Amino acid sequence: MASLRQIAFYGKGGIGKSTTSQNTLAALAEMGHRILIVGCDPKADSTRLILHAKAQDTILSLAAAAGSVEDLEIEEVMKVGYRDIRCVESGGPEPGVGCAGRGVITSINFLEENGAYEDIDYVSYDVLGDVVCGGFAMPIRENKAQEIYIVMSGEMMAMYAANNISKGILKYANSGGVRLGGLVCNERQTDKELELAEALAKKLGTQLIYFVPRDNIVQHAELRRMTVLEYAPDSVQAGHYRSLAQKIHVNAGKGIIPTPITMDELEDMLMEHGIMKAVDESQIGKTASELAATA
Amino acid sequence: MSVIEKQSVAEIKARNKELIAEVLKVYPEKTAKRRAKHLNVHENGKSDCGVKSNIKSIPGVMTIRGCAYAGSKGVVWGPIKDMIHISHGPVGCGQYSWAARRNYYIGTTGIDTFVTMQFTSDFQEKDIVFGGDKKLAKIMDEIQELFPLNNGITVQSECPIGLIGDDIEAVSKVKSKEYDGKTIVPVRCEGFRGVSQSLGHHIANDAIRDWVFDKLPADAAPRFEPSDYDVAIIGDYNIGGDAWSSRILLEEMGLRVIAQWSGDGSLAELEATPKAKLNVLHCYRSMNYISRHMEEKYNIPWCEYNFFGPSKIAESLRKIASYFDDKIKEGAERVIAKYQPLMDAVIAKYRPRLEGKTVMLFVGGLRPRHVIGAYEDLGMEVVGTGYEFGHNDDYQRTAQHYVKDGTLIYDDVTGYEFEKFVEKVQPDLVGSGIKEKYVFQKMGVPFRQMHSWDYSGPYHGYDGFAIFARDMDMAINSPVWKMAKAPWKQAPKPLLQAAE
Repeated sequence: MASLRQIAFYGKGGIGKSTTSQNTLAALAEMGHRILIVGCDPKADSTRLILHAKAQDTILSLAAAAGSVEDLEIEEVMKVGYRDIRCVESGGPEPGVGCAGRGVITSINFLEENGAYEDIDYVSYDVLGDVVCGGFAMPIRENKAQEIYIVMSGEMMAMYAANNISKGILKYANSGGVRLGGLVCNERQTDKELELAEALAKKLGTQLIYFVPRDNIVQHAELRRMTVLEYAPDSVQAGHYRSLAQKIHVNAGKGIIPTPITMDELEDMLMEHGIMKAVDESQIGKTASELAATA
Repeated sequence: MSVIEKQSVAEIKARNKELIAEVLKVYPEKTAKRRAKHLNVHENGKSDCGVKSNIKSIPGVMTIRGCAYAGSKGVVWGPIKDMIHISHGPVGCGQYSWAARRNYYIGTTGIDTFVTMQFTSDFQEKDIVFGGDKKLAKIMDEIQELFPLNNGITVQSECPIGLIGDDIEAVSKVKSKEYDGKTIVPVRCEGFRGVSQSLGHHIANDAIRDWVFDKLPADAAPRFEPSDYDVAIIGDYNIGGDAWSSRILLEEMGLRVIAQWSGDGSLAELEATPKAKLNVLHCYRSMNYISRHMEEKYNIPWCEYNFFGPSKIAESLRKIASYFDDKIKEGAERVIAKYQPLMDAVIAKYRPRLEGKTVMLFVGGLRPRHVIGAYEDLGMEVVGTGYEFGHNDDYQRTAQHYVKDGTLIYDDVTGYEFEKFVEKVQPDLVGSGIKEKYVFQKMGVPFRQMHSWDYSGPYHGYDGFAIFARDMDMAINSPVWKMAKAPWKQAPKPLLQAAE
């Protein structure tokens, strides 16, 4: 138990968190580590590549069916997939009802109380888009994830999200022990992507731990509900994930307290790299026809 | 015990001001500054009591206030007897407000009336996570099946409903349609809203407007034959039968009471009220909103009245009669003349036992001023008063019509302040709630609960005054107070006893 490492993947929705995390964890499993994945997204798609399943029965749906979470046994919710990676999905309500954040809290408490973390080397939390409320901050609170890895790309919104998540980490960094492990850039082939990712990492006081190049083989594997590690273990892309896994493994204890920047600073940074044009103050709030009239 | 009568008004004012300063001394600077605005000594001629009110209580103090849910479920809606009120959320709020506030009613509980029963959606973890809408719909179906004689349903929201965004309006509409237009009222009275139960009253009033009045077909024929003398009693919760002892007086003077809000009230009475000729309003604080609305929309005047003690009752009967013709005015005089001898007898019996006794009050939204006249009829004097959740208009009414020069005023009093005030002022009686009762009785101060009438009542109307006078005498002149001796006043015991 002493050596248990808890990490979490955060990032903007659709950035490739689940894909990146599952491939990386598969690589860690290949290295001989015993792994537990805790999906904390109501969509419950954090473990599909490991389990080859569309969606796993979630803790919360099973609890609702059984009456309450106390009626569940750990075996009912934990599935074992590729290289004996253990998988649980927290699950949650359908969009627009109830409180998904409370669901995350309930699920994590259930897992801890029922010994899901025993005989494990790594626990990885895969959390949805943004730290929207206390529930989704659960994995970064005290005694949960030690390091957070933010998956991002060179897109502006992904960088906004990365900065926001850093603010969430900062909030809990002093009361708990959570640290920012680093940024993982999932290439989108935007302009000056590597340069920007490194610049943002620097601003946040952290490192770009890995730049994962874009490769269609990831999609091919996903269509078969597999990680690249399993689908094409000898591919170049599998090698990238192995390298990322190795970097994360040796990054233990090297996380930092992030220094999130203001929106202005972020926009300045984007302008510096020519991604965003400098805003002409005189044009703000003007409609197209008004601008045409003044032109 | 009382020390008041020996002092001049100027001396009392000076003492009260000193007392406030002393009480504030224990607070941290910021708290003292904030609390200072809620404490004052009344000056004659001022338009209000000079205190701030309806402001958030300070964290860390012991406030006596309740929440918005308490204001809606506990006060306004709960007594409507033929509707079922669902406490929507975790079980505690419904459990601890079960059995209501002794709002008496006529009916067969569990068959056609439901006031003292508890209906709750008893939220579990899964209801928080997945939302409680489906469960709410199911409860409504079960209510229809188990209690087919219910005339309507209200949904009283507890805190989590507002946090998880349950769409109780949608559920209410769907179920209302399913049950042929049944009245189903969603009430957004989550406890965290507002600073006290006061906002809950307002929200509940608005819910009556939106989900009862506005659902009435505008051109529907009245369900009863209207008369020129139709009045509705607004803001009487029939605690211990208060509304009944009030109603008979209005009826005796020739008026017809078409509705009671909400003690012993029914949905049909709520629906009938827009046809009233006059709304007579007892608890201004909790139901002025709907009275104003009816004035604006249905052109129904409203008139505040006070049925505590013969002086105020006579004044109020005449005031109510002034809205009607001579027949009613004569009726009022007849009623006053009939009961006055009885009241004189009550006063003759109790006044000699209570004359000069002093009282400190701390109650809800009406009684801190309304009962002052009844005490004065008994020769007693209210030397301190304050509201749990009153607003400035309550303090204006208090200052202009009720309190004497030099009265100690304390808004949203804290447990500490109240104890300290009573300790120093040494009144002969304290009138407040159950949470305060034992604190003061253990201090050796006679006490009456002025929310629930200490399981007695009614206190309204002429019948009520006789009971009020008896109860105050019983509390103050109980022989038990003579039996309690201060340890330092007992004869000293020998320190050592010889060995036997």
